[in-house]
Amino acid sequence: MTTLDTRTNAIEITGLRKSFGTNEVLRGIDFHVEPGEVVCVIGPSGSGKSTLLRCVNLLEEPSAGTIRVAGADVTDPEVDIDAVRRRIGMVFQSFNLFPHLTALGNVMIAQRKVLKRDKAEAEKIARENLERVGLADKVGSYPAQLSGGQQQRVAIARALAMGPEVMLFDEPTSALDPELVGDVLGVMRSLAEAGMTMLVVTHEMSFAREVADRVVFMDGGVVVEEGPPQQVIADPAHERTRAFLSRVLDPAAARIGEGD
Amino acid sequence: MTAEPIKAAAPGGLSRRRRRQLSLGGQYGLFALVVVAVVLLADWPTLRLNFANWDVAKDLFPDVITVGLRNTAVYTVTGFGIGLVLGLVIALMRLSSVAPYRWFAAGFIEVFRGLPLLLIFIFISVGVPLAFGTTVPGGAVGQTGLALGLTAGAYMAETIRAGIEAVPKGQMEAARSLGMSHARAMRSIIIPQAFRIIIPPLTNQLVLLCKDSSLVLFLGITLEQRELTKFGRDLAGQVGNTTPIIVAGICYLIITIPLSLLARRLEARQRRGQR
Repeated sequence: MTTLDTRTNAIEITGLRKSFGTNEVLRGIDFHVEPGEVVCVIGPSGSGKSTLLRCVNLLEEPSAGTIRVAGADVTDPEVDIDAVRRRIGMVFQSFNLFPHLTALGNVMIAQRKVLKRDKAEAEKIARENLERVGLADKVGSYPAQLSGGQQQRVAIARALAMGPEVMLFDEPTSALDPELVGDVLGVMRSLAEAGMTMLVVTHEMSFAREVADRVVFMDGGVVVEEGPPQQVIADPAHERTRAFLSRVLDPAAARIGEGD
Repeated sequence: MTAEPIKAAAPGGLSRRRRRQLSLGGQYGLFALVVVAVVLLADWPTLRLNFANWDVAKDLFPDVITVGLRNTAVYTVTGFGIGLVLGLVIALMRLSSVAPYRWFAAGFIEVFRGLPLLLIFIFISVGVPLAFGTTVPGGAVGQTGLALGLTAGAYMAETIRAGIEAVPKGQMEAARSLGMSHARAMRSIIIPQAFRIIIPPLTNQLVLLCKDSSLVLFLGITLEQRELTKFGRDLAGQVGNTTPIIVAGICYLIITIPLSLLARRLEARQRRGQR
């Protein structure tokens, strides 16, 4: 393991703690993501996995600990956070497309305003990325005219157009109708196959099992266990992981009074 | 066990339909009665002579349009422009993380929303020259624009703030995640959406300003600076007939009714969720 070599790790999290008031959501997280690696974070709701992800691009300010992304310390108060965020793509559960712009406009605006690309170049890159997520024919549509799955794919294209070194996915399919989940996961799978470094918070166990290089199980603000999917998902070492997985993989089997 | 079948109408009671017929009939009857009474009681020949005197009305043109209507429009647009810029600045100060900005903005809003517009006009025309030894630049247009703009700015600041707060939090997060600075995200993402939300209330503000511009008559203005109300009043005095007031009134409606229709259409369009 190259845990200590900060230059080669895409994401390096050390001693991360985060409290909201008196509620400590993250209680000391240490882990890393290597370049080109796909890491899925699973765990019950309230376990702190979304907060962890949001700390990585400083949408939440950590209470303690350090986070290095692509060699930059995002927890350093002196860091140019806007410059670091340009290198980190973020995809939200609720898509958060800009409703006043078309799909093309959504993918172009940050290229134009942040990277200062000229219009022709930004449009070319935007069209390429919309094509990459299978939406070449929707460039002129407004978000309200698109299905949830299409909106989420535009959101992925929007992040990719910035040329990120790392992509963060915060439950990207949780707000989608079941039949639309596949399209989004398909795009994510092709991204992973193309070698993108990805940190994915998800409830899609099949995606974690098939695409992830490593699965991290979180509960109660700590990493309970981590390892390759065939270990963590198929043969978990901890009772908490087993209980969580049995609820997720076979929800109909639960009885009232079981679990929390 | 079999329940007693419910009859079409309980004995002695009224059916729902019958009750509705009676209620509606009563309302229409009362309305017709009031209209007839007003028509019969009014002194139509005198009214026509004093309010709708065609010869008097004819003489008002084209000045009522080229001077009165034009100046009303100029004062309104100037006031709206100043108010919009001021309102945006105050709204952003109100939402700022710098506490003194917030205090100033809150104070500004309370003062200029709480004062009658008339007092502000008097302050601008009398107070400013006393305080600074000079009048507001731009003559009557500048003075009126500033007076209207200060009040409108206070109202619009609250409207704009509400609009900004109505934009979902995820929009700012998405913009920041793409590497935009807070200011850039505000300019490119948040404020454009906020303005779409508040177009209907802003249009109403424009209608209000159009009417409030009549207060310019307290500034002591020249003949060429007269807007509709002053124009109508002056001419009514000159010819000893009230018709100019009516004509001025109609001119206001020429501006305000299309604006109201526009506001309603924009509101309807927004409710359909088309952005």
